Amino acid sequence: MSEYTKPLPKPTATSRPFWEAAKAHRLQLQQCGGCQAFIYYPRDRCPHCLSDELQWKPVSGRGRVYSYTVVRRAATRSFADKPYVLAIVELEEGPRMTTNIEAPPEMVKVGMPVTVCFDDVTPEHTLVKFKPA
Amino acid sequence: MSLKGKAAAIGIAEFKPWKEAPPGVTPLKLMAQLTADVLNDAGLDKRDLDGLLVGMPFADPGMIYPASLAEVLGLNPRMLNVVDIGGASAAGMIWRAAAAIAAGMCNAVICLVADLNKIGDQKVPVVSVQREFEAPYGNIGANCGYAMIAHRHMHEFGTTPQQMAKIAVDQRKSAVKNPLAAFGDKLLTIDDVLSSRMICDPLHLFEIVSPCSGGSAVIVASPEIAKRAKNPPVWLLGAGEYANHASITYAPSLTESPIKPAADAAFKMAGVERKDIDLVCPYDCYTITVLVTLEDSGYCKKGHGGPFVMEHDLSYAGDFPCNTHGGQLSFGQPGLGGGMSHVTEGIRQLMGRGEGRQVRNATLAHVNGNGGIMSEQVSLILERRS
Ligand SMILES: [Zn+2]
Repeated sequence: MSEYTKPLPKPTATSRPFWEAAKAHRLQLQQCGGCQAFIYYPRDRCPHCLSDELQWKPVSGRGRVYSYTVVRRAATRSFADKPYVLAIVELEEGPRMTTNIEAPPEMVKVGMPVTVCFDDVTPEHTLVKFKPA
Repeated sequence: MSLKGKAAAIGIAEFKPWKEAPPGVTPLKLMAQLTADVLNDAGLDKRDLDGLLVGMPFADPGMIYPASLAEVLGLNPRMLNVVDIGGASAAGMIWRAAAAIAAGMCNAVICLVADLNKIGDQKVPVVSVQREFEAPYGNIGANCGYAMIAHRHMHEFGTTPQQMAKIAVDQRKSAVKNPLAAFGDKLLTIDDVLSSRMICDPLHLFEIVSPCSGGSAVIVASPEIAKRAKNPPVWLLGAGEYANHASITYAPSLTESPIKPAADAAFKMAGVERKDIDLVCPYDCYTITVLVTLEDSGYCKKGHGGPFVMEHDLSYAGDFPCNTHGGQLSFGQPGLGGGMSHVTEGIRQLMGRGEGRQVRNATLAHVNGNGGIMSEQVSLILERRS
């Protein structure tokens, strides 16, 4: 098996629960106790109300493609092997995530419903991706 | 206090962008040349300069950059700063210079940008959250972010690839009249643009800026200094700045940009209407950037940018002159100098120095600078008084 050469997330004390859950194939986000908003990416304080009462909560993993592109000429060599679908998915709970859609590029449309899937790119790293629902 | 009419641009200098970095050239070397050229253009002495605003060159970044640059140039500034708002840095320098002048801190501020294009992997430094949550999915560089803006715009408003391509075609009409344009050798057709290579769907190669090497400079001065400058002063009438995200993933909307509050503030300060504007210079890293800027600046309704660009001739000779230097799409993008090219073109046209592409009777220009992925926005209204 060839070595994985794309950039990998380096979890911080703040983000580790997100990546640990992903490794267990669960999607969880922080929810703010002050204003009830779900938050992505993980933070130390809520970007809406600056409360630090943030709790990890499981979320549905359902959402829609807010927009996408097929990257045919990548900005870095590590992504140059083949075209890939980069997308912004809007979760049912509100937040938007940068992700990839695991589907043939010609199948992807703005607005299409998607559901979370997990890509174990190395034994230590799992990326959160989406596939057509 | 308003900045309306408190300071004027009195000199410009600019390199024709090089497609590849010339050997032995450094950003500092380019900035020293630009400083000599812009002083000569304005008819000022180096001792007149008492403010320095500079963009950090990716090719040679470093801490305490402004003081190091001032030492190289032999300047003793009363105000010195790096302006770090991406492609909006150049436009952002102009109102910051005017603010320093209006506050009595300076009399003449030089605004400088120069950079070299280093071929190869993009090594633009990004903050840790972008390395952690964007890069692993391949959200790297700017092409993919603007492509997602374009797709969303097509989805919401029915915007077409032909409409976006028309922007590159019209700007090229002006570029062939600009001896400083790096990509001004021949006209383009909509078919040329749409048959160029697809880079990130739906954006084609000819809808995307080409990184170059080069730079440019502007001097902003007090009314007293403007009186003795060689050129007719171009006054800052209005300015506005706004940002609401860094990564496009977390922008409130992909199709309604932070340009609106920046442009609204600039027009309000200037006290002029959209219909009074003789030429617009919207930052154009991509065709879609221009389309969204024209909408959010209020030249047409949201979602009508596509039909608007088809109904108007955007060239210097047209009914809606837009990026009459060719835009960065045809002029080239020498780092932050790409964003300064919109500022220098606005000033040049209002000074009546547009030569073969002069907009007739141009007295009011609107410049918009855009940083990151539709992130930082700066709008300027510039005026030549008759
Ligand atoms: Zn909150």
